[in-house]
Order: sequence, then structure tokens, then C-alpha cells
Amino acid sequence: MTDSKYFTTNKKGEIFELKAELNNEKKEKRKEAVKKVIAAMTVGKDVSSLFPDVVNCMQTDNLELKKLVYLYLMNYAKSQPDMAIMAVNSFVKDCEDPNPLIRALAVRTMGCIRVDKITEYLCEPLRKCLKDEDPYVRKTAAVCVAKLHDINAQMVEDQGFLDSLRDLIADSNPMVVANAVAALSEISESHPNSNLLDLNPQNINKLLTALNECTEWGQIFILDCLSNYNPKDEREAQSICERVTPRLSHANSAVVLSAVKVLMKFLELLPKDSDYYGTLLKKLSPPLVTLLSGEPEVQYVALRNINLIVQKRPEILKQEIKVFFVKYNDPIYVKLEKLDIMIRLASQANIAQVLAELKEYATEVDVDFVRKAVRAIGRCAIKVEQSAERCVSTLLDLIQTKVNYVVQEAIVVIRDIFRKYPNKYESIIATLCENLDSLDEPDARAAMIWIVGEYAERIDNADELLESFLEGFHDESTQVQLTLLTAIVKLFLKKPSETQELVQQVLSLATQDSDNPDLRDRGYIYWRLLSTDPVTAKEVVLSEKPLISEETDLIEPTLLDELICHIGSLASVYHKPPNAFVEGSHGIHRKHLPIQHGSIDTGESPVSTGPTAALDQPQVIPSQGDLLGDLLNLDLGPPVNVPQVSSMQMGAVDLLGGGLDSLVSPKPCIFSVSQILKKVFVRVFWSQVLLRLHCFVFLCSFGVIPTTPLPIHTPLMPNQSIDISLPLSTIGPVMKMDPLNNLQVAVKNIIDVFYFSCLIPLNIFFVEDGKMERQVFLVTWKDIPNENELQYQIKECHLNADTVSGKLQNNNIFTIAKRNVEGQDMLYQSLKLTNGIWILAELRIQPGNPNYTLKIGASLFLSLQAYRPIDRSSVYKVVLEGCQT
Amino acid sequence: MSASAVFVLDLKGKVLICRNYKGDVDMAEIDHFLPLLLQQEEEGLLSPAITRGNVHFLWIKHSNLYLVATTNKNSNAALVYAFLYKLVEVFTEYFKELEEESIQDNFVVVYELLDELMDFGFPQTTDSKILQEYITQEGNKLEVAKSKVPTTVTNAVSWRSEGIKYKKNEVFIDVIESINVLVNANGSVMSSDIVGSIKLKTMLSGMPELRLGLNDRVLFTLTGRDKGKSVAMEDVKFHQCVRLSRFENDRTISFIPPDGESELMSYRINTHVKPLIWIESVIERFSHSRVEIMVKAKGQFKKQSVANNVEIKVPVPSDADSPKFKTSTGHAKYVPEKNLVVWTIKSFPGGKEFLMRAHFGLPSVENDEKEAKPPITVKFEIPYFTVSGIQVRYMKIIEKSGYQALPWVRYITQSGDYQLRTNS
Repeated sequence: MTDSKYFTTNKKGEIFELKAELNNEKKEKRKEAVKKVIAAMTVGKDVSSLFPDVVNCMQTDNLELKKLVYLYLMNYAKSQPDMAIMAVNSFVKDCEDPNPLIRALAVRTMGCIRVDKITEYLCEPLRKCLKDEDPYVRKTAAVCVAKLHDINAQMVEDQGFLDSLRDLIADSNPMVVANAVAALSEISESHPNSNLLDLNPQNINKLLTALNECTEWGQIFILDCLSNYNPKDEREAQSICERVTPRLSHANSAVVLSAVKVLMKFLELLPKDSDYYGTLLKKLSPPLVTLLSGEPEVQYVALRNINLIVQKRPEILKQEIKVFFVKYNDPIYVKLEKLDIMIRLASQANIAQVLAELKEYATEVDVDFVRKAVRAIGRCAIKVEQSAERCVSTLLDLIQTKVNYVVQEAIVVIRDIFRKYPNKYESIIATLCENLDSLDEPDARAAMIWIVGEYAERIDNADELLESFLEGFHDESTQVQLTLLTAIVKLFLKKPSETQELVQQVLSLATQDSDNPDLRDRGYIYWRLLSTDPVTAKEVVLSEKPLISEETDLIEPTLLDELICHIGSLASVYHKPPNAFVEGSHGIHRKHLPIQHGSIDTGESPVSTGPTAALDQPQVIPSQGDLLGDLLNLDLGPPVNVPQVSSMQMGAVDLLGGGLDSLVSPKPCIFSVSQILKKVFVRVFWSQVLLRLHCFVFLCSFGVIPTTPLPIHTPLMPNQSIDISLPLSTIGPVMKMDPLNNLQVAVKNIIDVFYFSCLIPLNIFFVEDGKMERQVFLVTWKDIPNENELQYQIKECHLNADTVSGKLQNNNIFTIAKRNVEGQDMLYQSLKLTNGIWILAELRIQPGNPNYTLKIGASLFLSLQAYRPIDRSSVYKVVLEGCQT
Repeated sequence: MSASAVFVLDLKGKVLICRNYKGDVDMAEIDHFLPLLLQQEEEGLLSPAITRGNVHFLWIKHSNLYLVATTNKNSNAALVYAFLYKLVEVFTEYFKELEEESIQDNFVVVYELLDELMDFGFPQTTDSKILQEYITQEGNKLEVAKSKVPTTVTNAVSWRSEGIKYKKNEVFIDVIESINVLVNANGSVMSSDIVGSIKLKTMLSGMPELRLGLNDRVLFTLTGRDKGKSVAMEDVKFHQCVRLSRFENDRTISFIPPDGESELMSYRINTHVKPLIWIESVIERFSHSRVEIMVKAKGQFKKQSVANNVEIKVPVPSDADSPKFKTSTGHAKYVPEKNLVVWTIKSFPGGKEFLMRAHFGLPSVENDEKEAKPPITVKFEIPYFTVSGIQVRYMKIIEKSGYQALPWVRYITQSGDYQLRTNS
């Protein structure tokens, strides 16, 4: 006989009938009745009106009946809070039952009755149960504390239950320890500030012991808790890792992932050159691969986490690309994730296989998957330079299939390939143009238009092609309209004679017939640019574009580090920090990777409070300011990051201000460059950490290198700083920087290599013999081609010509001649850079007008042609600072 | 930390049974689950974790049921999925089949189990053998004898009860290796590995200490023994009962086994294996008229061995009709609902080669939709043989009563995920 019969009563007056049965004298009848009530509850009928009758059945020695009544209570107590009090007595009594199963059942159910009123009655029974002789009752009571805390946190604290929980961590029974840890972790999640778990080495040791003995779930609670611990030094980190590593062999995938989390976190603390570090990395790979033979949902969680791990430590899985090859019967979410990881692991060594796979996927039927596969081919081309050609030919093959969405996706990625490798694959443009008509998606249309515009000079009928798009201009999406506008302007600048009409047409469509403000604005900008200064227009529109970077979809490093701390959790599945999707977690402390303290133990482990980018990640050198902005807006305000330098004052100048704070934290050092006579000195402050330096490398446009090794012979203590003067010369390797006066410095110490960059005031590169012969000056000035000339306004300079001249002379900018034309002072000046480049300038000063006009040109014999205009302007900016003060 | 509530739904999204563990997610949220799922499926964005507002549904599907956990926290997703699969395992062991009917037929036990398996979102005792000692389907029995918590529940040995008795003490060891192969259309093996599994059927009295000896290469290197063939296992996973630290230290596999059947361990071997049954296929499609299929199967294993119950599944276009077959052995069958030809060979000796030809008609009006290109899949079983060469060297059984017990070993190699891509 099955339970399904309980679902079948469907007569009128059912509740009434049940009421009668619940009050029947016979025990068996009552039990049957309760089952019927529960069945009704299960199918969603409201049986709350039977509350008193059901509670009456609570006093029974039949365990099954008791469980059913408890189940009923949990469901309806909240809607009948007053009557729920009736149950309190039974609970208190059951908590003292000789049978531990009943004691545990009572304490478990008690916590699930979320009625504030009755909680206070439950404190005493709970206190007893926490000290019960039976571990089954204690482990249940431990969880009950967390339940109670959720209902009334204050009461739990006042009653000292948190201390009782902490005591249970030392319990002799591993299940009790595990549940106590789970309960404390849960409570501390809503208590951001309290260090409830009190993780100290003694407690950690207890947890590690329990780890070997408790159930698989208990192991997960303990591992998750361990991952929040910050070991005080590498030795402790290593010893914890050693005891956690065996968990990687557990059959339960969640145990494995939690162990991986602990290990990934503590890896941060281990010295990279130690044997153990290498061994541990090797041990991580096989279990991660094995997770992929689990159920699809488990695979999915594993893949999302592997995606993070591959970004954080690519070396772990770099040999394993084959396991990410897609199987025909993988669910789509597994396929897409595998594809993503394949691209991340693609390298020169495996690219042939990867491409063969991607080509295979691109012929499947699932449109989304196919698109992603095509996109992946493009990403491979951009990532693995050696494979670009193969990728392009694979894409061409795919275009030949004429499958509409494949063609469109291929064109989009080919545009990106063009942007990465300009002037290399233009021969395929003809093939692309053949497919023009089949493009119906905005992305693909825009990509094609961009290609036509960018390479207009090589496409004979570029004007016709673009014109064909123009016909339905207003039906296009904004993206296509904007691209089309730019493309036609490019075309015009390249072939002005034949395309005047076309450009006027598009400008008027964009500015007069469109409601879209972006389109209109861009239209007007082009229009004015073209009508006022075609030369500048050319420079702006056709300027060389920065190459696109290899990996565009990397997770930002601090977020990545945070996500590594959440391996296995929803955050790692969504690739979002918990506070982005958990309500009320904004005040919660964000997790971060532990920070290596270095080899010198200071006795007291420094608590880091600042942002916590991992130290052993090479820091990205930031580009200095928005170059395009400068180009368009020729305002000569002091450039970012270069504080005004008084040319008279020769003391040390801190060039970076707080600029480094954003680079490295805790910040290891600050640089300053100063100029004392003809020698350049670098001053180095070390702070916070430790450092025995191994080497020190400079890279800059002017070949600056230190001529002596860095005279730091003893390791620095944390927070110690010293000043060092370092003579420099300009005989080092030259590497063109952007901006020109950027100096990149790499410092290597036992931990890692640190990279910094700072701007050197350009004027220190002006040499003393920069004074040009008058005659030479005259000839040179005349010969400077127009495109080598720039003109600036210098604002708010209240100095007369002589003072300016004097100040500039102090910076090795020499006045060759001075003329007075129509009341204006004209200063003709020259300067020479350490690399032999001459720069000539004409400064026009109108007395009473604080704005000067400066015209500068670079010398012919060592032309600045090689540099893009933007570089020149940054050269002059520095020059002009002298003038401004 | 993990689930706020757990639901079992039927395919229409109706709640069959549920348990609210934490009370921090509105139980009515579940009504949104199935519509969201269907919507995602339609958009091709299906995912095992569905979000609505701040509620997350983590779900799995089993026969005609959805098992769903809800949460509004940053839960341990790996734990939730592992737990949902554990639910399936426990329910299946209790009710033989887990499906809509068995849930309804046993709702009282299901409630009891849900109460015992998880508390406030923390999974508790999930070993069904132990659970069966104090949660039984015969409620009446419970009153008398079994209303005590088995000490096993909280013991360090939480998977085996004391006082088990057998007249004859035996343990059966099955070593099963599954071959996973992915072969490209041009015949190159893209990836291959072996997933091995050692299963026990333990019929031993008392609390026996067992030690399993394998020809494990790492162990051989450790102990300096180098004679005999050894096997390098890439990754090993153990049942809860195996002492992991011990294995980590000296590669000893020591444990107190669960009673009855269990999977003791699994391992993965990465070595490149020759596909045991090699398939060459030519599928020629003549539009609007016919498809001709030629499949050649070759047994690439020892002559002495025989592969049993070989099934070679070859995909055919969905609009194919009027099948004709010719086989050199076994028989071929057209399964139109799966668009497959299944070629069955009862016994396939090593080194032999067989051929199958199939001919299908195609309609003159073809459907334009591009069809998927499923691979050819192969199923087989080769007894008395492991590809990796893994061997059970010994199984030591020590029990304090000192009885003699016999270990029996059996080896099987079988196909796992065995796919060969085709050209058309």
C-alpha cells in the first residue's frame, strides 16, 4: 500500500472530517489523519485551521507521527503565532527525552519555527542540547544556533550561544566540529566585523584534524572556512596546503573544488621558486581535469572556475587543451564554456589542433555555438600571431560556405584581424566584398563598411560600395550610420576629387536629416574639420590607430583575485563579486588573496588595509592620459602627471606625486627624478617591504641608464626608506616610449619584478650646446616643412620677453634672435636634445597680452618625421612649461 | 551557505514536494522557475543556474522530475549540485526508481529524508545505507526496535554499522575501464583517455580493515620495485572510506569498506590509447536521390579477447527512407526516431574486420534546414582485460575476529564516450 491514497480524499467538508479524525481515540486513526493533513499540505491546500487539533497529536511516543506533526508545525507556525506557543511545552519536554533521536528532532524543529515570541522559551532547551552527551544531538544543536541567530541575533549573543559554538570547535566528534564551523561561518556572513571563528593556529589545527574524519559535507564546511584564514608565513601556508592536498582525491566534486580554493589562495604565499610551489601546481591539474567527467552541471561549475584559474595561473592547465574539446552531446552551456577556455589556452604549440577543432564546430547547426566558434578563430588569430595567416585562410574557407550567419560573423572578426595586423591581409578584401549583399546584421555591415573605409585607396569601387549603403541610410542602425559616416569621410580624404558629392551627401544626411544626437554631432565635427582645416582633418581621421590588444575579455585583476577567493560558489559561476547579486551584502568585507610578507618575519604580521592587488602580478604600465583629447584640443595646460617644474629651482622634484599609488599597493617605492647640472639623479625611496635588489633596468626614448649599480647593499626593513643618488647617462638602449619622455623602470628583487613608469621632465635632455648658428637657424627654419610645424597658444604668462628668454636659457633653450614686429616681440630659439635632434621655435609675445603664440618646428637634418604628431606635441609641452612660470 | 529550500517538480513545473530549510526565500518564487527555464531554452542560453531578481535556482533534471534548490546568497554551487545528485542517489536507493509516482507514493518518507539529509541548508547524513537503519518505509517497525540513532551517523566511520554478520566472508572486486575517444573526421584521434573504476561488493562481517594493492607506478617508484608492468594513474578519486592522507603519504589504499556494493575508487589515465574498435566510414549523399553508407569496423585488440554486445550507431539524414542493409556479420537496424542505423555484433573477436553497407532513399524535395552532424558512436564490452594493464596485486583483509576472507577480482573494459566524427 502506498502513500498516494492519502491524496485521494476530495469530498466536501474534508477539513471537518479531518478534524474529527484527528481527535479520534485510536492512535492509528490519528496517525492516518495527520498523514492526510500533510498530504493536503503537500498539494498546496490550506489546512492551517487544523492547527490546534494537530498540535494535540504532538504528545506521542510514535516517532513517525511526531515527525509529521513537527513538519506541520514548521509550515504553519508562522501563520498561527499565538497557537504556536502551545507547542513550546512539547518541545521543552522532547528536548529531555531519553531517546537522542527525539531530542535532536525537537531541537532541529524548534529552530525552524520562525516565531519571535517563542524563541525565548527555546534558549534553555538549546543550552542543554549544546552540551548533550550524544554527538547527534550536539551537531543538531550547533545548527540550531545559526537558525536562532537568523531570527534574533541579539538574543543569541546575549545568551552566550556564540561562545558555546566556539567551544564546539574543540569537540571530540568531527561531525559536531563540522556543523559548528558551518554555523559560525553562516553567522559571520551577516556579521561583517566580528571575527567569530577566531581562526588562530590552534583552531586551524583542530579543523585540519577534523577534516580527515568528518563526512564529505563537513569537509566542505571546514575547507571553506580554512580558505578565509590568512596564514602568518609561508611555512604555515605550506603546512596547511600539505594537509589539504589529499582532499583533491575525494570522490565528491564539491570537496575537490573547495580544496582547490584553499590551495589557490595559499599559493599566493608560497615563494615561486620553491620546489613545493611547483609540485603543488602540478597536483592541481589532474583533479581539475577529472571534474570534467562529472555530471553536466558539475562540469559547468568546474569550467566556470577553470576559466578563472586559467586566467590567474595559466601554467596549471596549459598542457590540457584536449580535454576542452567539445563533444557532440555536451549541453550548450558546457560547449560554450569549453570554447572560451580553449581560446585562453591556445598557443603556438597547439594552435593547429585548436583551429581544426574550431573549424569543425563552425559547421555545426547550433547558431550561437557556430557564431562563437567563428569568433574564436578570430581571437586565435589575434592572440597567436604565428597562426594569423592560417586563421585568415580558415575564415575564408568558412566564408565560401555562404552560410549567412557564418559569413557575417567571419567578417566581423576579420575586421579585428585587420586592426591587429594592418597592411597584411588586404588581399582578401575582394573576397569579402563579394558577400556585401548577404550582410543583414548591423555588426557585420558595420565591419564591412569599416574595412571599405579603412582601405578605400586599395578598393577601386570603394565609392560605389559605400554609396550603395547610403541609399537606405535612415533604415540602418546607429552603429552602421556612424561607421558609414566615418568611412565616407576617410574615403574623401583619400580620394578627394571623386568623392566630394558623396561626402556632402552623408554629412547632410547625418546632420540635417537625423534625430540622433551622436550622429549629428559627429557629422558636424567632420564637417567643420573638413571645411576649416583639411590637413588637420587628415591627421585626425587618418591617424594611425593603436593596435587592438590580444585579450579583450580578461577579467580585471582585482576582480579576478576576489573571484578566486570564491571558487565553487555562485560568484565564481557568474563571474561577479557576491555584492553584485546578494542583497544586503554591500557592507560585507570583500575577500582578497593573501599577501606575501616576504622573507623577513617582523614578528607581527602586517594587516593590510589597502587595496590588495597581488604583488607577484606584473603591473601594467598605464598609458599617460588620453592622447586623442590632446590632439583635438590644443590647450597647453600642464599635462597630467607632470607637476609644474620651476626651471630656476634645481632641487629634487617629485614627478609622480601620488601617481604610483594606483600602480602598486602596498606601494614599494616612489621615484623622483631630479636634475642637478648636467647629471641626472634618480632618488629612490623604499617603503613597506623589504628589498634586496637584484637588478634595475631602465627603458626610455633617450637611452637613459644608470652608470653604476644601485648602491643598496643591505636588505631594507619594512617601512624603511633610503635616498640614493644614481648618476645616469644616455648611452643605453633606445626604445620609443609614448609619451616620449616616459621612463620605464623594472626593479627585480627576491619576490618578483616590479614595473614602474614615470615622466622625466624633457628639459633635462636639452644639451648645453643647443645654441644654433644664426645663419644655420635661418636656413633651417625656412626649410622646415609645414607638416613638421606646430603652433600653440601659451596662456596666462605675465613675463616680458627678456625674462622669458633668461628663464629658458637656464634650461638650455637658447634665444638666437629677437625682433620686434608691429609691437610684438618675436623670439627665435633653438634647443638640441641629447639624441641630436634640433628643435626650433618662434615665440611671439605681445606686451600686455598674457597669451603667447609659439610656433615650433623640428630640424630637417634629423627630422622628427618618424614620430607621430602627438609625440611632438608632448615634447613641446614640456618645453613650454619653462615659459609658463 | 547552500540551499534555502529544495523542491521536486514535475515536468510542468508543479511542486510535488518541497522543504523550506531557511525561510529566507519566498517559497512562491518557484512558480517562476519553469517559465524562466523554458524561456532560456528557447533563446539557446540554457544554464544550470537561473537568476530572477535576487533569487537563484540551481537545478538538475532526473527522469520526469526537476530537482531545484533556491538561494539568495552566494552559495557554494558545487555543493548544491553535488547535494541534488546525492538526493537522486538516496531516493533511488530507497524507491528503486525516482520519478513522479515514487515521490507521491512515499511522501512521508521523502519528508523524513529531506529532514535528515539537510539542516538549515547544510547537508548532513547522506549515506543511504545508514539512513535506512533509522528511516524506514515501514513506519510501524520503527516504533519498536530502530528508534535509536545509529552511532554510525556521528562516528568517524559514518558509512558502516557495527555488528554486520556473514556466514561466508567474501569481497568481489570489479575493475572496469571505460575508454573515451574522440576521433576527427580525417581519422586522427583528437583526445582519448581511460576512466577506470574499482567497485566492491563487500560481504564481510564486523569491522574489517582492508588494504588494496595495485600495480601503481608511483607506488612502485616509491618502494623501488621496478619489475613487472606498472600503471601511471593521472588522477585518483576515492570513496569517503579511504584514508586520503595515508594515500597521499605512501600510496597505501587502506579503508574500512561500506557494506554491500560501493564504488571504492576511480582513476583517470591520459595515455594515448589505440581505439579498440576502429571505424572507417564513407557516407555519400546524393541529393534528392539516396545516401550510401559504408562502415568498416576493426577490432584493434588481442586476438584472444572478444568484444561483446558491440553496437555501432551511424547517423542518417532525418528524411531518409527505404533502408537496405548488407552486413558481413551481425545485423543492422534502422531506428527512424533517432535517425540512426544500429549495427549490432554479438561477439567481435580481436584482429577481425567487418563491413556494413546501408542504402537509403532521399526525397526529391529536401528540407532546407541544415542538419546536425552527429558522430558515429560505438558501444562494446571486453571481459577479462584492462587496456591500461592495471592489476589488483592483493587485497588484504584483517578483522579482529581473525576470519579468512576471499577476494574475487573481475576485469572489464568497455566503451565510454566513444565518438568518431563523420565527413558528411
